[in-house]
Amino acid sequence: MMGTPELKIVLEFSAGAELLFGNIKKRQLALDGSQKWTIANLLKWMHSNILTERPELFLQDDTVRPGILVLINDTDWELLGELDYELQPNDNVLFISTLHGG
Amino acid sequence: MIKSEADSERTKLKREISELRAALNRKEQCLRELEAAVSVGAGAEDHAEENALVSPGGTTHTKLTNDDIARYSRQLILPDFGVQGQLRLKNSSVLIVGLGGLGCPAAQYLAAAGCGHLGLIDYDEVERSNFHRQILHSEARLGISKAESARIALLELNPHCEIRCHSRLLYSQNAMHIIRGYDVVLDCSDNVPTRYLLNDACVMLRKPLVSGSALKMDGQLTVYSYGNGPCYRCIYPVPPPPEAVTNCGDGGVLGAVTGTIGAMQALEAIKVIVGMGDVLAGRLLIFDGSSSLFRNIRIRSKRPNCHVCSAQPLITELIDYEMFCGMHATDKDNPLQLLAADERLSVKEYQEKLQPHPHLLIDVRPTAEFEICQLPEAVNVPLVEILDDSYLKRFAKQLEDKELPIVLLCRRGNDSQIAVQHVRNRFPMHSIRDLIGGLHAWTNSVDPNFPIY
Repeated sequence: MMGTPELKIVLEFSAGAELLFGNIKKRQLALDGSQKWTIANLLKWMHSNILTERPELFLQDDTVRPGILVLINDTDWELLGELDYELQPNDNVLFISTLHGG
Repeated sequence: MIKSEADSERTKLKREISELRAALNRKEQCLRELEAAVSVGAGAEDHAEENALVSPGGTTHTKLTNDDIARYSRQLILPDFGVQGQLRLKNSSVLIVGLGGLGCPAAQYLAAAGCGHLGLIDYDEVERSNFHRQILHSEARLGISKAESARIALLELNPHCEIRCHSRLLYSQNAMHIIRGYDVVLDCSDNVPTRYLLNDACVMLRKPLVSGSALKMDGQLTVYSYGNGPCYRCIYPVPPPPEAVTNCGDGGVLGAVTGTIGAMQALEAIKVIVGMGDVLAGRLLIFDGSSSLFRNIRIRSKRPNCHVCSAQPLITELIDYEMFCGMHATDKDNPLQLLAADERLSVKEYQEKLQPHPHLLIDVRPTAEFEICQLPEAVNVPLVEILDDSYLKRFAKQLEDKELPIVLLCRRGNDSQIAVQHVRNRFPMHSIRDLIGGLHAWTNSVDPNFPIY
């Protein structure tokens, strides 16, 4: 018997976004591969499993708050369907806080 | 007595010397401008208004001088740059907004490379806490305008650069007038309202905007409003919530990180002016200094319904950006007001009435800051440990005693108010107050020898 299929992806955080997730900059995830994973599902999963600090600094109205960029394989998620993008094996999802200091 | 007199005399002399230096510099600049005007002929005189740095026609350079050739030889021999590149740079004008950690290195490389005209905007004055990253300013120029201080340093580096200082805050009423006179704008600012203001003004005036930012060990860089690339609003149509924004004064930053990004802003400006290479538009460069990683990511192109850069813009003149963002455009203290007056103590009251008696003094700053300096009675419980209640266990015994006054403090008296609100909800019968103005107030009103940061 084979186990349930896994969907392996990489999550990365940059420029301070990692502070909301236990200060870990890179995570390898093995999600339940028997279901379809959109970014919307992924955000819910992140909220219940790895978001450690104030959730409102990451999520607002079921999406990522203004000022955090989401990159899928180094491309802006807005070019790929945002919340509806369906994760593929070995995808890299990067969350970047925008910096304003100088 | 004698020592304090000597001290005040020394301070006075230092101030006079720096004022004289600034005055000398202004005179030298006047002389240079006069000589330039005379050599070009009387025709260039009619552009006295402050934003007209490059008088059209008159001062366009078509030849390099022998000094230029010697000075810029190492970049002149680059095939993609060459004489034409140098001449374009010499005839160009660049506006640098913010002469801080990004603006100093950016201005330094632009002046050194032979950019003909630089405009410098900063409302702020040189402080000791600037020196570790704002490398154009120096001990001798403490307290003078940052734009003026930068000009002095830049002219030492390259006396051929014409520099115009705008020692004031950039805001909606003066932005268009100032920016109009320049070819390229560098956003080296440190706050969200100024970033939206510069974006909108640069879109309206069709000026490329080289935008850099840095915090802690990270930096970001891109060029807006260039070619078919997006503007700042295409990427960030909605400003971030104020509580998610950290500045260098609160979050800290390493000078070599701002230096890296600032130097790259100068590079992008030179590429835009000279027309060489692939300008960083439609891409965002992110720099993670802690792991020495550069990453180039593809950002979206123009947003078809962008409020400012689309074909049918909703914003056609500058707005009130502090109101739009709900944030201030300066990093000067903007104290929070969360608590009523009877929930707060002045540092004097604390010193006189509470300090001699038993009490619990909790300093809620992050541990790295507590290690810099602390009051002798204080125990360190960072705000996060207050908010997640992990402090309860540690102080279980003290907290049983309703009579033991609790005083919370921080650097400036903002976080301590948040902490009071949280602790008071759990212990409504205790006396829980915070110190107004925090440790800064302690230095200013009680102990001038207590370090300030």
